[in-house]
Amino acid sequence: MELTTIWFTAVAVLFTGYFILEGFDFGVGTLLPVLGRDDRERRALINTIGPVWDGNEVWIITAGGAMFAAFPHWYASLFSGFYLLLFAILLGLIVRGVAFEYRGKGDTAEWRRRWDRCIVFGSVVPAFLWGVVVANIVRGVPLDAGFDYTGSVWGLLNGYALLGGLTTLLLFTTHGAYFLHLKTSGELSERARTLGLKLGAATALPALAFLIWTQAAHGNGLTLALIALAVLALLTGLALDYTGRGGWAFAATAVTIGLASTALFCALWPNVLPSTSDVANSLTRENAAATDKTLGIMTWAAVVFLPVVLLYQGWSYWVFRKRVSTESIPA
Amino acid sequence: MDVLDLARMQFGVTTVYHFLFVPVTIGLSLLVAILQTLWRTTRKTSYLRATKFWGKLFLINIAMGVVTGIVQEFQFGMNWSAYSRFVGDVFGAPLAFEALVAFFLESTFIGVWIFGWDRLKPSLHLACIWLVAFGTLASAYFILAANAFMQNPVGYQLNETAGRAELTDFSAVITNPVALAAFPHTIFAAWLTAGTIVVAVSGYHFMHRRDLDVHRPAMRLGILTTLVGGLGLILSGDSLGKVMTATQPMKMAAAEALYQTTYNAPFSVLTIGTLDGSHGTPIIEIPGLLSYLATGSFNGEVQGINDLNAEYQALYGPGQYMPYIPLTYWSFRAMIGFGMLAVAMAVIVWWFTRRGRLPRHRLFWPVAMWMAVTPFLANSAGWIFTEMGRQPWVVFSLYETSEAVSPRVGLPTVAVSFIGFTLVYLVLAVVALKLFLKYAKAGPPSEEAALAGVGPSDDPDKPMAFAY
Repeated sequence: MELTTIWFTAVAVLFTGYFILEGFDFGVGTLLPVLGRDDRERRALINTIGPVWDGNEVWIITAGGAMFAAFPHWYASLFSGFYLLLFAILLGLIVRGVAFEYRGKGDTAEWRRRWDRCIVFGSVVPAFLWGVVVANIVRGVPLDAGFDYTGSVWGLLNGYALLGGLTTLLLFTTHGAYFLHLKTSGELSERARTLGLKLGAATALPALAFLIWTQAAHGNGLTLALIALAVLALLTGLALDYTGRGGWAFAATAVTIGLASTALFCALWPNVLPSTSDVANSLTRENAAATDKTLGIMTWAAVVFLPVVLLYQGWSYWVFRKRVSTESIPA
Repeated sequence: MDVLDLARMQFGVTTVYHFLFVPVTIGLSLLVAILQTLWRTTRKTSYLRATKFWGKLFLINIAMGVVTGIVQEFQFGMNWSAYSRFVGDVFGAPLAFEALVAFFLESTFIGVWIFGWDRLKPSLHLACIWLVAFGTLASAYFILAANAFMQNPVGYQLNETAGRAELTDFSAVITNPVALAAFPHTIFAAWLTAGTIVVAVSGYHFMHRRDLDVHRPAMRLGILTTLVGGLGLILSGDSLGKVMTATQPMKMAAAEALYQTTYNAPFSVLTIGTLDGSHGTPIIEIPGLLSYLATGSFNGEVQGINDLNAEYQALYGPGQYMPYIPLTYWSFRAMIGFGMLAVAMAVIVWWFTRRGRLPRHRLFWPVAMWMAVTPFLANSAGWIFTEMGRQPWVVFSLYETSEAVSPRVGLPTVAVSFIGFTLVYLVLAVVALKLFLKYAKAGPPSEEAALAGVGPSDDPDKPMAFAY
């Protein structure tokens, strides 16, 4: 297999892994004020993702680093072109990360309320905007001969991209609700279950519309199969949540996100950022790539280190496999 | 003010700000690991209390380091897309390695460490903080290797058709002499910083005569760390200076505002007047010291700014190839001076607290505590010197900063993000400092509180030990 193919796949896997993992902790952050009726409940909700959210976030840092090293033009065009979207995502991630660490270190309810707002902002905004970003990558943007984006930020807020954003926001929130159904206990878990049902149902329509639009405008045979399976997984998750199997429902939304994200990258292939102004200016896995020398070294590093990372990150989930209950939160 | 100026200001603000937290993280992760190891080997609860006390302060700091680090990775693409296209083939790999090898390790095990007190066997839990400490070192190495390419490009060839630098020798990039010299210098600076903080915070509790059983060993550890850091900084600074002179002679000349090539060049402690080579009057001069710093011989030849500039004009075409001299001159002195102040403080505190003594003067501890700002000033000055001394190049001798900026990103866009980041950073700096001081003053947990929730438990409803 060609190295550029391997690294296109690697970047796709890193983004997909990021959406599956940080997806549910974005969801938990989004649902914080909805499901957490008092401070104790909100602390229990945050503690379900407390040990793992930071490790989840490294997936996007690695995706960014891999993109920079393997496809410098992709990284440069995307980050400079989607500037303000990424700026808003960064602001969200900054206040959110600090909020997790700092909210419990003040004494007043007002202090915690403020940080809770940061967590909600820092979860909703990136969950929405990552959908906008990926949808625009698949859709393509106007690029000049130097591969630089020639449009404005408003050009990125087109209907297809906004629908993509709505889809990721709802899908991640549903994913988070199922996760909470699995990871909390008692009444809180039950509330997460019923809310997950409503959210799952609410997600179905925009997700279906977005995926059909993707298929119609950019799809092929493979994406059709992936999209069909993604929709099937979403509906299966809904049924599993209804029957009270939170763990399997969560697995189903993980599969949904995984398949949908894979479908988007398959629709993109072999481009990495198509140009809508002049097809000749499209960035492909070939013309965006680093040299084979760099890609070869990176491949060795990934082969050696990625399994190790997966092992210890998996282990960290195993360590904190128990449910969190409000009783375990000191008053 | 154009996009280039604003993008440079933004890089300065975000980088200096990020590096306020990085050395504390590197140094404190090691000190917390040492304290926890001491607890495991001696079983003295005072060490456990110290571990939890310093662990909390460490976490207040690392949260800021983590979130400001993401901005660092993203802004190369956002503000410096031309640079990213030019160097990506060489520069991207160390960044990707940093994420893959170091960030995953740090971020995963810090989570396990915070929440794992009652979930893991104590030895396994201890291993987590050591892995975090190791991760911070690995992270520092990869990022310094990336930075070293900007100071001294190696292991590449220019591809004129593709218009970029392409990797030819990865081991040369990873073992760049600048990286090898800058790494120990950075780590010793981190130890100096963390050590000084430990001395200052422990000093506060010495002043109030509180929990001395917890703070006295920490104070000793802090003084030792500061002194090892200080000594290491002198030795590593000496070797870094020589590598710098060999690779970027202009930077060494700019550090002294030395315009004419000189043998037996002196080092001026201070200068009044201008630094443009016309009216400067050095106040205190140490004969031959600059020659020694640059070459290892007091009679060595140090090339001057004017000669180097003429040489570069012949090599790279018309233009000015010197950095802004007053900034390099003063930042170099600020780095050394503030670093030495921190070392002096540690020596004085050691002398007045030796063998159980307690200093009596009421101003002793307040002054010692204020000295904790000095390593931060030294660190910032050091990076400002390193990066500004490289100008006008972004990659020395290859690529100028003015070419590196994103060509299609407009001024309002950069202004929005610059103002946005700066404001958020300011607010967070105040919050982080307040929290740090609050928990520093609160002191260590009581013995019962420290022991609660330590050791593996099968009871899922047992209170979480260190949870949010």
